[in-house]
Amino acid sequence: MTGPAPHILVVEDEAPIQAFLRATLVAHGYRCTAVGTAREALMQVTAQPPDVVLLDLGLPDGDGLGVARQIREWSTVPVIVISARGQERDKVAALDMGADDYLTKPFGVPEMLARIRVALRHAARKDATPPAVQTWGGGGPEGFRVDLPRRLVFRRRAGVEGEVRLTPTEFRLLAMFVRHNGKVLTHAEILKEVWGPVHAGEVAYLRVYVGQLRQKLEAVPSLPRWLLTEPGVGYRLVESDAE
Amino acid sequence: MTSSENDRPDPDRLLADLQEDERRRQRGRLKIYLGAAPGVGKTFAMLAAGQRLAAQGVDVVIGLVETHGRSETQVMARGIETLPRRVVEYRGTTLTEFDLDAALRRKPALLLLDELAHTNAPGSRYEKRHQDVRALLEAGIDVQTTVNIQHVESLNDVVARITGITVRETVPDSIFEETDEVELVDLAPDVLLERLRAGKVYVPEAARAAIDSFFRRSNLSALRELALRHTAQLVDRRRREDRQMQGAGRLRGPSERILVCVGPSPLSARLVRAAHRMAAVTRSELLAVFVATPAAARRLSASARDRVVQNLRLAASLGARTATIEGDDPARAIVEFAGKHDVTRIVVGKTGRSRLHEILFGSFTMAVIRASHDIDVFVIRGEAEDEASPRAEAPAAPPVRWRDVWRPYAAALGYTCGSVLAAWLVFAPPDLSAEALILILGVVLTASHCGRWPSVLSALLSALAFNFLLIEPRFSFAVTAPSYLFAFVVMIVVGVTLSSLVAAVRERAEAARRREAEVTALHSLMRELADASTVEEIGRSVLGHLRDVVAADLAMLVAAPGEVIGAASLVATHGRTDWLGVDEMAVARWCWDHGKAAGAGTNNLPGTRALFVPLASRRGKEAVLGLHRPETAPPLTPEQRLLLDTFVEQAAQAFERVGMTEERHRAQQEVETERVRSALLATVSHDLRTPLTTITGAASSLVHEGSRHSEEARKELAGSILAQASRLNDLIQNLTFATRLESGDIRLNREWTSIEDVIGAALRRAPLQEHELAVDVTPRLPLVEADAVLLEQALYNLLENAARHTPKGTRVTLRAWVQDAGVVVEVSDEGPGIEASERARVFRRFVRGPHSVGMGLGLAICEGIVKAHGGRIWIEPSQVRGLAIRVLLPLPPEQPRLPEEGEVVTPTPGAERAP
Repeated sequence: MTGPAPHILVVEDEAPIQAFLRATLVAHGYRCTAVGTAREALMQVTAQPPDVVLLDLGLPDGDGLGVARQIREWSTVPVIVISARGQERDKVAALDMGADDYLTKPFGVPEMLARIRVALRHAARKDATPPAVQTWGGGGPEGFRVDLPRRLVFRRRAGVEGEVRLTPTEFRLLAMFVRHNGKVLTHAEILKEVWGPVHAGEVAYLRVYVGQLRQKLEAVPSLPRWLLTEPGVGYRLVESDAE
Repeated sequence: MTSSENDRPDPDRLLADLQEDERRRQRGRLKIYLGAAPGVGKTFAMLAAGQRLAAQGVDVVIGLVETHGRSETQVMARGIETLPRRVVEYRGTTLTEFDLDAALRRKPALLLLDELAHTNAPGSRYEKRHQDVRALLEAGIDVQTTVNIQHVESLNDVVARITGITVRETVPDSIFEETDEVELVDLAPDVLLERLRAGKVYVPEAARAAIDSFFRRSNLSALRELALRHTAQLVDRRRREDRQMQGAGRLRGPSERILVCVGPSPLSARLVRAAHRMAAVTRSELLAVFVATPAAARRLSASARDRVVQNLRLAASLGARTATIEGDDPARAIVEFAGKHDVTRIVVGKTGRSRLHEILFGSFTMAVIRASHDIDVFVIRGEAEDEASPRAEAPAAPPVRWRDVWRPYAAALGYTCGSVLAAWLVFAPPDLSAEALILILGVVLTASHCGRWPSVLSALLSALAFNFLLIEPRFSFAVTAPSYLFAFVVMIVVGVTLSSLVAAVRERAEAARRREAEVTALHSLMRELADASTVEEIGRSVLGHLRDVVAADLAMLVAAPGEVIGAASLVATHGRTDWLGVDEMAVARWCWDHGKAAGAGTNNLPGTRALFVPLASRRGKEAVLGLHRPETAPPLTPEQRLLLDTFVEQAAQAFERVGMTEERHRAQQEVETERVRSALLATVSHDLRTPLTTITGAASSLVHEGSRHSEEARKELAGSILAQASRLNDLIQNLTFATRLESGDIRLNREWTSIEDVIGAALRRAPLQEHELAVDVTPRLPLVEADAVLLEQALYNLLENAARHTPKGTRVTLRAWVQDAGVVVEVSDEGPGIEASERARVFRRFVRGPHSVGMGLGLAICEGIVKAHGGRIWIEPSQVRGLAIRVLLPLPPEQPRLPEEGEVVTPTPGAERAP
């Protein structure tokens, strides 16, 4: 990554968490501004547009959801919402409203950094073309490789690679995951894009096809490494190997 | 039972009875003085009898008599030899007991022994005094003893229901069967209450509170009735036995069997209920009978047949025996059946048919009455059970009909004319005694049939006719001989006296009938109230019975604690409710606030048509009863007022009972909530402190001595901080879930869910890094309809539980498969397992495993979640090593339909560009 260090806006009202986030981010070479209220957050986004917003959904002066919506009205800056477990509805609402990803409190630093990295990468790629071929689990005996333009998928089992035959729907599903790799996708998002807006509520389709994809790509389908379930929210294909 | 069995005495039975008689002769004779309540004077009566016998030279000894310091009783005991009491030491107290052995040694002819129901002090020869009595009887000693009705075993529940007090010391009913004589010591409740007030009834200080509620007028009346009935039954049974001995054919007793005639009419249901009440009051057996005549069988529609069956079923549900009999003449068939089955009362309905109809087609009721001979026939007002139809007016105020007024006079005239005619025909002067007697006979007939004034009229007319037609000078009212004048006066006196006597008898019979009806109503009310468990049920039940007594719109109002009487206070109504206007509500409120009757017919706020009566118990205000009667209705009769008061008193007691039950229940709930809360606090503080201690220790070590630790040690310290923090997070997570489950706040967000998905998510999160994990999930498991988030939490808890309770490095296995229309997920470990006896408790909150440092919440939450999904969770008993917990989630009847591959419109290749 070249140019000035990315600027992260932290919107968090709890001082200890704010302090810990700021320290961690600065230590990892990010520029960081931290605010504690929704009003300040909106002001900051206007005054000093950040590269990523880390937004706590539970703010004292208004709900974080409102902030996410207002930011999305005029800005495409990636927004990562932070919320507690058991508030999956809020998370889905935020994601459907345009938030890019989420973190569940309490979270570890590696997880947070990964989210920020993915968000920055997707934001940067807006204008560039993604790499044609992406690989998962490249170093180990198990893994798979997807060549989107040629619509080819290869899977490596015990070090031996072979082509995987996917049905058209399976491929469309996988393609969507690959394009958004590292980022969570909600059920509705996936269904709308792969099956069409009419089928946005048919979670069952998704369950079955994700299961089929796991059978074809994962070493242990019930203990997936790459195509992960985010209970109550959606699915996430982990980031592809570094290019 | 059929009549043939009763017609001939059974020889074996007779022999047995004779032997029994012989045995009895050698045995002592037992006499029981039965009382309705303490203080009626049983002991006194027994001592009085003892004195009499002693005076006759009988060897009478007092075994034990409790005089309770009553001087009149002590005086009665004077002069009779009294056995010294046996002194018993029991737990540091000295008790005195009846000395059975001394009595057997002394062997008097008659022993007086108080309190048959007494329980002997521990260490006595027998546990109960009635066993002592048996021993005395066996030894040939006559015994006289006393007992109160509430101690009779078979009446125990009835007494408990009436008085609310369960008597523990009971006497088996069999002792009454061995009794040669039962003497009822009867005392009117009012007199008894007076004696109580005067301190003449012994009441132990400890039982004072209970006794106060026991000695209520209504209780005493009910107990008195019970005692009377019990004595009557005993006497009756004795009589039956005697009759059996004499080979008497048809047995009749005062309380045996009631037969109710059932038909297709909806009135029959009411009839059945009425008969049931009658049977309940007299403790008789109830028979419900339908007569199928060949003619009726043709005419009866299917729906009418259904109704017959329904009515019979109703009777059966009320405990009656049901029968369908056939015969050409229904009345004869009924009476024959009744005769065969020893029925003492037949209950028939009064139909609303016209006189003409009866003359043309005959009346079943009349036919039954005519054929019934010595069986009593009860005719009950038939009325539709249809709630919409208005109830009849108060029976106490029937409309006056002219027909009823002139008819007795016409009859009187008829009798008189007849007797005058007869006297004219036998006219044989000069001795006119036969003629006079004939005329008096006319007066007597009139008096016995037509009431007072018609018989006075008859006497006058007869006297005049005697004078005018028969006495010289005939055809003139002049009287010559004084003896004729005398005959004239006698005739009038006979007429008036007889008619007064007959009228008095009639009135008494009428009063008795009314009283029985009232007792019946009261009894069935008490029975219903005993079963009522809510305020609404009490209200409905009281109003339901009250409407039979008072024709009125009724309302029962109960104000919630801290609230005033208003429209929301209505717990039950009968009839219309539109009369409850603002004014009436104000009166009701006044009645509630002041605890006094108010409204029509009272001195308080009499400006309204409605009457409000307060219901008060020892607790205080319970409810307000509102009555609204149409303007044309006559004022309440004194009997109705009295009955109303009784109902109100019973209802107030029922309200009190229910209220106290509710209070107790609430208190129990509070205790349970408090228990959970304190357990929660204890666990939370303990379980939060453990990880916090580790975190604090490790963190402070890093802060203060960070440089002295090796890199590896620093990592380990940081790692333990992380692990303990994660545990804290789990604890908080579970606490939140527990609270939500507890408050019912968890709503399932059910959608199609893949179990495999959920397993994957739970495994990813579970702290199983230091265990060996084995996963065996059947591929392509069917989908379930579930809340994925909750299910994931449940599985996570299972895995976390397995990880926490087993040593590092052991294997934790997760398996899932389809079984019994459900998906089973099993988490098993190789840890110490759980004792079989402990297994049921595992899913309870705040129960922890023996090696656990965590909270016992995890599995309870697991169970809560699984149950919310209609599933089951259990510990697999067949697991030999470690612990295996299984969860079964039901499969939906159908799997979702997926679109055929290619059915969905495929996006054009161009659509697959980067967003």
